[in-house]
Amino acid sequence: MNFTLRVWRQKNGSDRGRFVIYRAKKISSDMSFLEMLDAVNEELIARGQAPIAFEHDCREGICGACGFMINGVAHGPKRGTTVCQLHMRSFKDGDHLTLEPWRARALPVIKDLIVDRSAFDRIIQAGGFISASTGSAPDANAILVPKPDADLAFDAAACIGCGACVAACPNASAMLFAAAKVSHLGFLPQGQPERYQRVRTIVALMDREMFGSCTNIGECEAVCPKEISLFFIARMNRDLLAATVRGRQASP
Amino acid sequence: MNPETTVGPTGANFVDGRLDAKIPPGPIEQKWERHRFEMKLVSPANRRRYTILVVGSGLAGASAAATLGELGYHVKCFSYHDSPRRAHSVAAQGGINAAKNYRNDGDSVFRLFSDTVRGGDFRAREANVYRLAELSLNIIDQCVAQGVPFAREYGGLLDTRSFGGAQVSRTFYARGQTGQQLLLGSYQALERQIALGTVTMDTRTEMLDLVVVNGRARGIVTRDLVTGAVESHAGDAVVLTTGGYSNVFYLSTNAKASNATAIWRAHKRGAFFADPGFTQIHPTCIPASGEHQSKLTLMSESLRNDGRVWVPKEIGDTRPPDQIPDSERDYYLERKYPSYGNLAPRDIASRAAKEVCDEKRGVGPGGRGVYLDFADAIERFGEAAIREKYGNLFDMYERITGDNAYRIPMRIYPAPHYTMGGLWVDYNLMATIPGLFVAGEANFSDHGANRLGASALMQGLADGYFILPYTLADYLAHTRPEGVDTGHPAFRAAQAGIAERVRRLLGINGQRSVDSFHRELGQLLWDYCGMARNDAGLRHALQKIPELRAEFWENVRVLEGSEEVNQSLEQAGRVADFLELAELMCIDAHHRRESCGGHFREESQTPDGEARRDDEHFAYVAAWEYTGMLARPFLHKEPLAFEYVHLTQRSYK
Repeated sequence: MNFTLRVWRQKNGSDRGRFVIYRAKKISSDMSFLEMLDAVNEELIARGQAPIAFEHDCREGICGACGFMINGVAHGPKRGTTVCQLHMRSFKDGDHLTLEPWRARALPVIKDLIVDRSAFDRIIQAGGFISASTGSAPDANAILVPKPDADLAFDAAACIGCGACVAACPNASAMLFAAAKVSHLGFLPQGQPERYQRVRTIVALMDREMFGSCTNIGECEAVCPKEISLFFIARMNRDLLAATVRGRQASP
Repeated sequence: MNPETTVGPTGANFVDGRLDAKIPPGPIEQKWERHRFEMKLVSPANRRRYTILVVGSGLAGASAAATLGELGYHVKCFSYHDSPRRAHSVAAQGGINAAKNYRNDGDSVFRLFSDTVRGGDFRAREANVYRLAELSLNIIDQCVAQGVPFAREYGGLLDTRSFGGAQVSRTFYARGQTGQQLLLGSYQALERQIALGTVTMDTRTEMLDLVVVNGRARGIVTRDLVTGAVESHAGDAVVLTTGGYSNVFYLSTNAKASNATAIWRAHKRGAFFADPGFTQIHPTCIPASGEHQSKLTLMSESLRNDGRVWVPKEIGDTRPPDQIPDSERDYYLERKYPSYGNLAPRDIASRAAKEVCDEKRGVGPGGRGVYLDFADAIERFGEAAIREKYGNLFDMYERITGDNAYRIPMRIYPAPHYTMGGLWVDYNLMATIPGLFVAGEANFSDHGANRLGASALMQGLADGYFILPYTLADYLAHTRPEGVDTGHPAFRAAQAGIAERVRRLLGINGQRSVDSFHRELGQLLWDYCGMARNDAGLRHALQKIPELRAEFWENVRVLEGSEEVNQSLEQAGRVADFLELAELMCIDAHHRRESCGGHFREESQTPDGEARRDDEHFAYVAAWEYTGMLARPFLHKEPLAFEYVHLTQRSYK
């Protein structure tokens, strides 16, 4: 298969950046999208040109390192799939593909298709944890968790922190990412003591990090490689409302 | 300031040419308990005066950094990823062992200990393994308290499943994403400490050298992967939790960036490397589909709970699997190992797959594959039940291969997955450089010559949550806090060395890409130091590797500069180190003329083709000392004594 790639090239954070056209030739349909880029990069190196920088690591769809826009869609056309697990058989021979990094003020470009997602770590720091210092735990089976709750918590916990939800959102909101963590911990009995404080500190942090507000558009759910449901956002909003009504501890 | 003037006893474990594993005296079930009491503590008020550098933020690193932070030490943690949550622990699928005996099926700490020693084919240290089994109980408790969403039964209690090499059901799991969920637990604990200010986290920062001052590990040199800045960091102790080195094979189940640089640099600074030839080839991976293949994907061992492994009985039977009647299939694991069947340990299952493919009975393109068939399980439990247990694995398989494994059997083949070898550590997890601690897959650890499934997550977390916080304290309690001083000449020299190496890599401007060298090295190792090894093959590899290394340093092409993100440069440094480590792996595999676990020397097998150990000559840990000449490392032996699990030929028949 052959493809025409229009790729965003940007040397560093202060470079303005531009699109550059490349041809990907003799690509096997069994290649993953990243293996196709590997092949393009090998050719670029052979010609003495800088390879395209993109983030990737496990190539199994679990580490969350990879991700960029393909023709305007985060992680490309296949639902529930990261770019490392997207295979070229999902495209037609001769396709034109535009590759762009995530675009959001809170996720600035570092180089080419690589962005800075450290804001996600700061969201976790703001409350995405259960305070359970090592050594303080009761016996594992002393905490009963009804299976449906455990399953829901797991569905939310499946988030890989790739950033596709923010990139897809017209408001560049991180609500799906945050709601996934709030719900993961909020469905479990262990997460109850900090439940309402958690949602307040996380929402306050997202504002400071310049993420946009959620207006329930649903683009995030459509591109999420782990198919995390909008339901969790609704649930987080209920928790936020409850937290406000309860007026527990002022938000920082 | 001269740090030497204030150094107290360091607890050195390599004195007068002898290795001392520092195994505490007493009965095995009391060793850790007594040792914990006898070790010194650091008073809470003094802890913040000690700086601990933790390199790596996977299960072992994140759990260690978080716990040390909770205790009040000043911790600096480093990761080359953009976030600690990307560490490759995230990819572990199947589960984590714990001797809870919640199933009432006969499990106990002693049984987990015994299974692990036997599974490792008697090449692990008994005292360490026993402690690991003991701590497995605390790990599950800790993880549940953090909110790890383990699988539950309808009554709300924890569910378990079976894994290879065991006849009890002791593996706790979170669908097929156990590693991810455990890592998120320790990552969140780490982020909590970062928010509290006890831990500082440097992401996108790669350790490139270890700094040893007056015989003690006192710091590291790093490169900022965004700005290219080469920097020094000083501390009172250094902890390496940088994972294994399976990526030396190029095609492995490891992440693309997984590398040996941190442990290799420490090795060249004086830390002994133990059993580098002990590598694990995992039996159930998706076969390579062509030349372009960049990595291999594991299919969790848990699938062998319900999947049956088979190949056609006849050579050249190319019928589709559903048209081969049961009587013409060879369920070779069930046939050869009736008591463990499809749950035979990994090394045995891998070798058996190689054997049937070598007999030309393999399936799929190139004949390097065997079937993993769920038809019977689906008929017995229904498709929904199988989907519930393994849904994400079946989805992943379909995404990669385009095949629906609910309808046609999966095709699998072994692939490099885990390295039991690593830096030598004593019972306190300290390397032969005082002040250097090594945890998780980076140390040679507790798995001997073959790791049992669901044991790596257990070991990483045992080391990080429950062992290092005690043993590090004991070391520090014997050491006056030094403050931070990167002005020492050792730091300046190491930093200059790294800057020079970066310049050299960028200046070669040869004809071949970094990747092409990595692929060639990987193929060499796979062919001659993979699932089966022999004298002639290893000699061949030992001749080829230095040639390839020499060519690398003359002909590699690394473009662009070092002042911004340069992924080729990062990879070049890692491959340069792999090119050295590969030689040590082959030297180790060559010197060990016995077969044990995953190390199969064709010269040493039983009449029916099983690994034949030679306990008389090889019941020891091979700890290699770097002598300045890669081809001539010095071998130190730590003899292994088996007082509780008696040396017997392993049998899973």
